[in-house]
Amino acid sequence: MSGSGSFEQALNLIFSFDPALMEIIALSLRVSLTAVVIAAVLALPVGAAIALFRFPGRGALVTVLNALMGLPPVVAGLMVYLLLSRAGPLGSLGLLFTPTAMVVAQTLLVFPIVAALSRQVVEDLWEEYREQLQSLGCNRLRAIPTLLWDARFSLITGVLAGFGRASAEVGAVLIVGGNIDGVTRMMTTAIALETSKGNLPLALGLGMVLLLLVAIINAAAYQMGESAKRRLG
Amino acid sequence: MNDMAISERLLPLQLNDVSFRHRNQTLLQDINLQLGVSGRTVLLGPNGAGKSLLMRLCHGLLDPTSGTVRWALDNRSWADIRQRQAMVFQRPVLLRRSALANIRHALALHGVKRSERNTLAMAALDRFGLASLSARPARVLSGGEQQRLALARAWALQPEILFLDEPTSALDPAAVKAVEDAVAAFQALGTRIVMSTHDMGQARRMADDVVFLLRGRVHEHAPASTFFESPQTPEAAAFIRGELIW
Repeated sequence: MSGSGSFEQALNLIFSFDPALMEIIALSLRVSLTAVVIAAVLALPVGAAIALFRFPGRGALVTVLNALMGLPPVVAGLMVYLLLSRAGPLGSLGLLFTPTAMVVAQTLLVFPIVAALSRQVVEDLWEEYREQLQSLGCNRLRAIPTLLWDARFSLITGVLAGFGRASAEVGAVLIVGGNIDGVTRMMTTAIALETSKGNLPLALGLGMVLLLLVAIINAAAYQMGESAKRRLG
Repeated sequence: MNDMAISERLLPLQLNDVSFRHRNQTLLQDINLQLGVSGRTVLLGPNGAGKSLLMRLCHGLLDPTSGTVRWALDNRSWADIRQRQAMVFQRPVLLRRSALANIRHALALHGVKRSERNTLAMAALDRFGLASLSARPARVLSGGEQQRLALARAWALQPEILFLDEPTSALDPAAVKAVEDAVAAFQALGTRIVMSTHDMGQARRMADDVVFLLRGRVHEHAPASTFFESPQTPEAAAFIRGELIW
């Protein structure tokens, strides 16, 4: 099969809205977006708290958090696998090889990215706001929502980076999801499988859709951030 | 002041043997100062004399290395005492939200009920001629408007004492006038004013008493007329004449 032939077939698959393809895309979006939302809800305040409070081990925690931004997806997958496997501590929940398990694994991957960026951004903003907020009687705990809201446009970038990581990774979802057709097959795992099977049109089609989705989401967020910066100064 | 029924007053403020050290440098020492219940105190002195630092110590943004900063209401909680003060900085720090939301946020921190915040915030904006800019993002306002917004925010909080750290040093003459009028309005309500300035004309216009700082010490503290007419030290006399001293 020639490369250009694969390309045409891939476009056909996309524009015929092939049901199998659509199902895979929908699952990918559902899993990655859920993971990003959960990770952001947890990581934004945690990052802000690390930025504002001084406690023993803070430096080590920041280092670990920064290092975990590079956590290999297969390792994250392995950890969640051990946790959820029959013999593992949460094995009784029966979550292994379900979309839920994939959400857990991707949340683990996204959390450090959002938390580390949130820490950095909030720390800088606190430097700028500290005297004024303290003058207004704002303690550090109460400053967290204020700072997160005022840093919202910078933080969106971090959340997007998290989404990029979640939607692009194969290792974690492959290990904990198992790439089961119609149940846990995502775009990335399908691309890996279809390529190894030699089904290049489907793999290529999925790849193009994946790229396009990431590009659209990033473009939207960039536009939003830029216009907000112009409006809010 | 205002309509707040205050049975006990925050003032006078008493500083006893206050010193402040930072990285083995003594920046303020032997500060003994009383700020009475009313009037306008102007802090004067060359750069680095400790004017800003002294105000931050009074306001509670910094803790003295030794000595005490004591309000008349010393039995109250830190938060309660803080809520009765406000400070306007040289460069106003405004949140990345609308002018109105900036004041609402300050009111929220002071425990004002949500239903009342909007009305109070609008009234404060209106008082300083900013009502038409209420929806404008605070950080795109001009320098003069930003400083007026900072004053409006302080106004909404109805402080018993207002600290102003060189509030006009970055402003054009019209904006300077607006700030001075605002300070007069605060004083008309009985707010105690403590401000620092580099503008000798402004100091003459505004001061009831002058605290002259030099090298981290209170060099002179006198009623404004005494200070400007017959300064007690050669350094103060030289400073008033506009000569360089340090």
